[in-house]
Amino acid sequence: MSIPADLKYTKDHEWLKLLDGDEALMGITDFAQNSLGDITFVEVPEVGDSFSAGESFGVVESVKAASDLYMPVDAEVIEVNESLEDSPESVNSSPYEAGWIMKIKIADSASLEELLDAKAYEEIAKD
Amino acid sequence: MSDAKRTPLYDFNVANGGRMVDFAGWEMPVQYESIVEEHKATRTAAGLFDVSHMGEVTVKGPQSEAFLNYVLTNDVSTMDDGKALYSLMCQPDGGVVDDLLVYRMAEGSYLLCLNAANAVKDVAWLEKEAANFEVELVDVSEKYGLVALQGPKAFPILKGLSSVDLSGLGYYRFVQGEIAGISCIISRTGYTGEVGVELFVAAEKTAELAEALFDAGKADGLVLAGLGARDSLRLEAGYSLYGHEIDEKIGPVEAGLMWTVSLKKPCDFIGKEAILSKKQSGPAQKIVFFKTGGRRIARPGTEVVSGGAAVGTVVSGTFSPILNEAIGSALVDAAVAKSDELAVDLRGKAFPIERARPPFLPLNPQA
Repeated sequence: MSIPADLKYTKDHEWLKLLDGDEALMGITDFAQNSLGDITFVEVPEVGDSFSAGESFGVVESVKAASDLYMPVDAEVIEVNESLEDSPESVNSSPYEAGWIMKIKIADSASLEELLDAKAYEEIAKD
Repeated sequence: MSDAKRTPLYDFNVANGGRMVDFAGWEMPVQYESIVEEHKATRTAAGLFDVSHMGEVTVKGPQSEAFLNYVLTNDVSTMDDGKALYSLMCQPDGGVVDDLLVYRMAEGSYLLCLNAANAVKDVAWLEKEAANFEVELVDVSEKYGLVALQGPKAFPILKGLSSVDLSGLGYYRFVQGEIAGISCIISRTGYTGEVGVELFVAAEKTAELAEALFDAGKADGLVLAGLGARDSLRLEAGYSLYGHEIDEKIGPVEAGLMWTVSLKKPCDFIGKEAILSKKQSGPAQKIVFFKTGGRRIARPGTEVVSGGAAVGTVVSGTFSPILNEAIGSALVDAAVAKSDELAVDLRGKAFPIERARPPFLPLNPQA
């Protein structure tokens, strides 16, 4: 189970890679993709959409199940990974790289303190 | 999961990475590596499935044929030794108790293969109905393991292992023989739409058989395949699954399974009157199969709509790795069963679906 040390995590099994200027890349964790199994569809929001922390912004579907995606912080969507439309399986094969889901602009950086570091997330991701 | 039963292949499944889930009270592998890859491998090479959870009952005695022809919808009297037959077992109202395979071992001696989820109910049903017949029923589910070897490489893999020549074995025929020195009932049947066999084997020999097949087949691309792939393969092939396309409320008329009902056989059978009457008056609802044209799966329970009105419910849904789109089946009002205006409601949004006649792709399990 891969849990890169340089990322932030949520208890909903999403990861954030904090970038400059309050921006962040987001995706789902290796644990999440492994639990879901073969991912067949990722519903991503529109660029420009804004979401509050805790709001559902999309869905990841696998052969077995559909799972909602939740926004961990107040943020605006500034880019989505369009390659997932044709190759959603890259979330399985590369959850932290090719399988990133979207890039966001964080509206309230104070809420970042709620996020988990790799060590804390590891406790949650135990089977 | 602690109360769940384990098949003779439990250790084999776990050792090979099987992801175990509770299915009908059994701890079964839903997948090993990937449902999609296991599905594709079964279509292009071969898949090995543990289906030991299925129930088996022997029916013996002078009135076995008469008994089975009374409790089953298909005509058992057409069978000779070595023949397998698919049939429904119906309630008096035409609803389905179970769908099953009948094997004629010898005159007055049959083996039934039942759905795991229904096995207990089926045995009780059979025992009750057997009261007026000279037959002996024995639940031998614990004595048998069952593995399915399916796919275009199934027979090439078996060739080096089988004690009997299988080249002449017809579809829905079976022989007794040895595979890798292990005594089996070798049945040319399956639930994938591919060429292949199902092997009934003594419970204590099942793991040895699975190991031998897996070792021998790896070079030909054989993979272990779980219940996930079994479901997506059967749906692509358009095969009914109890609890989905058929159940106690959805009978053969609704499900399009009248080919399994012999209205001509010269005896009464349970459900005949109700089925005949429904066939004549027309069912209120019908099972239809559909493609979505997209990747979103319409899962069981999803509403089917037509012109804004609810007209049915999805009963099966999966992703077809071969067609690269979501496919499914639904129980819809008979009036719209031929409509081209159907849609499924996914999270409040209507997505049009296209009716399809299964199989969803060219398949020839009889080849």
